Amino acid sequence: MLQKIYDWIDDRIDITPIWRDIADHEVPEHVNPAHHFSAFVYCFGGLTFFVVVIQILSGMFLTMYYVPDIENAWKSVYYLQTEVAHGQIVRGMHHWGASVVIVMLLLHTLRVFFQGAYKKPRELNWVVGVLIFFVMLGLGFTGYLLPWDNKAYFATQVGLEMAEQVPLIGTQLKILLAGDATIVGAQTLTRFFAIHVFFLPAALFGLLAAHFILIRRQGISGPL
Amino acid sequence: MSDEKQQVSRRQFLNYTLTGVGGFMAAGLLISPIRMAIDPVLKGSSGGDLANVGLSVDDITADPQRIDWSVDQVDGWYESEVSRSAWVYKNDNDEIVAFSPVCKHLGCIVSWEGSEQHPNEYFCPCHDGRYYKDGTNVPGTPPLAPLDVYEQEVKDGMLFLGDVIPQGEA
Repeated sequence: MLQKIYDWIDDRIDITPIWRDIADHEVPEHVNPAHHFSAFVYCFGGLTFFVVVIQILSGMFLTMYYVPDIENAWKSVYYLQTEVAHGQIVRGMHHWGASVVIVMLLLHTLRVFFQGAYKKPRELNWVVGVLIFFVMLGLGFTGYLLPWDNKAYFATQVGLEMAEQVPLIGTQLKILLAGDATIVGAQTLTRFFAIHVFFLPAALFGLLAAHFILIRRQGISGPL
Repeated sequence: MSDEKQQVSRRQFLNYTLTGVGGFMAAGLLISPIRMAIDPVLKGSSGGDLANVGLSVDDITADPQRIDWSVDQVDGWYESEVSRSAWVYKNDNDEIVAFSPVCKHLGCIVSWEGSEQHPNEYFCPCHDGRYYKDGTNVPGTPPLAPLDVYEQEVKDGMLFLGDVIPQGEA
């Protein structure tokens, strides 16, 4: 049945080359943990992506309950945590996943660094990777404020002070982030929410696409 | 089926294994978010308490009168006072009847004698839906069912109203 549906579509729009191009490629022996167990270090990039998928899915579902408004943000999170079945688990996935993403990202970076895999011709992909790292930190920073509890509020206060230390444009940068010159409040929360769920994920998707296209074009670096 | 033993090829075995493991991981990932998303469907509504609508039973006449009152509503994390209204009258058997003013066609608000052309009837201004005094919809007008009634109780000579109960098709 499934085969028939697939054939029907494939007859008309020839999708086989599309997924073959994405999925069907050789895994060199030196990156296959079945051959050399130490090759598990090559898994960290994929694991980072896997956790990112978890973050995207759990985040999408969390917005069904969350409201980015200073009157209701904390209450909606509390309601989700205490009244909604599995709400605690989904928020837990997003909360812990945020940390795991950074850990995996760091391990992936260390592997690439110590194997010298960033060297010519892959310097550009290293740069893209560093940009992804910055976007991830931005996602962590903006997401931290959203529960609108004391920890979130004061952490953001500190983060904004740090932004203010940037030479020349510090003050403007801080106002741009906070939405107000002095208050960390209603406008800050909506801004951080918008950055967290629209702007940074959009940037992340673009950078991830570039990262993956480059690795497919250039191939995995050779054995040490 | 042939009598020969069916051989599973290496490719098939790997396909089954990968599909199984992948499906298991996807299920593990999605089960909690989905359960969370469908929670409102599974929760069901808790029947609300009956509220004193501030109308003495002695003041209820054979003529429908509109009464307004408010109830406390808990909507997730948001609690508020919302207004309710009803058309209340005493029928020929001296029973108190309280109709919900929500039209059974598309949910507009009906009024007793809301149109001068249709005296002694409930009238909905949106699509000229009409109901007789006992709440039955006038055949040939848009509504397909009689007006809903409120769950009611009389305590200390005062009228208490609760949830809306549908009356079924006429």
